[in-house]
Amino acid sequence: MTLRLDGISAGYGPVQVLFDLSLEARPGEVLCLLGRNGAGKTTTLKAIMGLLPLMSGRVLLGAAELSAMPAHEVPKHGIGYIPQGRRLFTELTVAENIEVGLLARGRGAETREKVLTMFPRLRERLSQRAETLSGGEQQMLATARALCLEPEVLLLDEPTEGLQPSMISLIRDTVDVMRDAGVAIILVEQRIEAVLNLADRVAFIENGHGREVVDVEVLRRDKALLQKYVGI
Amino acid sequence: MEFGPHLILAILEGAVGAAVLALTALGLSLVFGIMRVVNVAHGEFFMLGAIVAWWVATSIAGHPALGFVAAAVVAPLVAGGVAVLGDRLVLKRVHYDPEATIVATIGILYIIQQLALMTYGPEARPVEPPFNSRIALPWFEFGETGFEIYYPWGFGTTTYKLFVIGAAAVILVGFWLFLSRSRIGLVMRATQLDREMATAFGIPVSRVYSLVFGLGAALAALAAVLIVPIQQAHYLMGGDPLLLSFIVVIIGGLGSIRGTIVAAVLIGLSDGIISVFFSPTLAKIIATLLVALVLVFRPQGLFGKKPA
Repeated sequence: MTLRLDGISAGYGPVQVLFDLSLEARPGEVLCLLGRNGAGKTTTLKAIMGLLPLMSGRVLLGAAELSAMPAHEVPKHGIGYIPQGRRLFTELTVAENIEVGLLARGRGAETREKVLTMFPRLRERLSQRAETLSGGEQQMLATARALCLEPEVLLLDEPTEGLQPSMISLIRDTVDVMRDAGVAIILVEQRIEAVLNLADRVAFIENGHGREVVDVEVLRRDKALLQKYVGI
Repeated sequence: MEFGPHLILAILEGAVGAAVLALTALGLSLVFGIMRVVNVAHGEFFMLGAIVAWWVATSIAGHPALGFVAAAVVAPLVAGGVAVLGDRLVLKRVHYDPEATIVATIGILYIIQQLALMTYGPEARPVEPPFNSRIALPWFEFGETGFEIYYPWGFGTTTYKLFVIGAAAVILVGFWLFLSRSRIGLVMRATQLDREMATAFGIPVSRVYSLVFGLGAALAALAAVLIVPIQQAHYLMGGDPLLLSFIVVIIGGLGSIRGTIVAAVLIGLSDGIISVFFSPTLAKIIATLLVALVLVFRPQGLFGKKPA
């Protein structure tokens, strides 16, 4: 299903960060949000999840208006979120983190098995507390936890941050698998190389305002937009 | 009586206090740990439990055990229900803001206390224990004829006091199993660790908060049901358990269940022993001093985690 942001404005308390932002993430594509630090990329993901109240506008998944629901209902519609810094439940075990992922949606043991097959290393660490995992394993767990929702839309906030190349490659493979499965993916990523490898389309955000949305091919040919909105 | 038997008696008295205190403080610790709410009204839920226990026990005819069992079911439900109402009507509306909830729970404290005074009255009333046989305890000495066992006069306890210690231990273990093994326990722990991410995974945090606030009050009420056959129910009885619970959760580490239980045993036993040998006031002074030392040298408590 297509996720649509229809002129959303949001912020933290009285401080407005997003201004009338409209975007669309289609099934089976990776839409990358690009912009400088503080442009509003993470805020956009939080607003989609309902973790920030909207000042105006709507978030729609197909015909369902996510922004009219309480925040805890949003994941039940298949919106998986992998936040920046992973935000695992650090004192819970790997098995318990996965269990939390299965609470809202998914098909219990079947989904759990599927996810553990994708990340076999987690199967060896099920009884280990999340805080004792390496950075790469923590990212695997954060991804596995979100995939437990059997998502139709996946929001990834800087998933390759601080990871070694082998882990980045694993994340890329996972994104490819999800895209092939028809999941709409919104990716916030600072590493341009990762953006050019993973994204189908790129949406630029500047000071909370939506700017150009272009196919990644355009960026590969012409880096002027990167210079304009990201300063690279 | 000799020092040895006297000390054992003091430890037994302290153990009863520690058992009840562990239950009461666990409720306070749970509410703070998960909701980050300093519940100043916690002692009033304890008092409410005691008063409801008296009402239920005196309105059921027959063997005192019937009234006691009914009270052990009804009092936690009533206190928990009142707490859930308080959460929905008051705490939720101030968005669980830490400072606002302190003022709000002070308000809840006075409402419950004054309602108790208006309906129950100012008298202290006892609840009959379900059983209360006296058990004489043996002591020993090495006399002229060698090792001798005898029963010193006044050296004993009651079956009910031993029951209080056992029942509290069973409830604590049961609660630990509930938190660590059940799905609701998992939801509560996830909410404690990261409220926002819990929401992002479909956990209705405000409902979890209501449940936790209700459970915290129910634990205090259950502790009161256990103690009310030993102490009497009175509308001002909530002050001491509140003070001691705060002492316990600060020493144990705010939000740490293990720390709460260890600190409750420590404070309960020392309170019992110092009260028997010296005075209850000195026991409170020493406990308060201990809190001051913990706050200065280990502000996160004995088992609490240092904030990152």
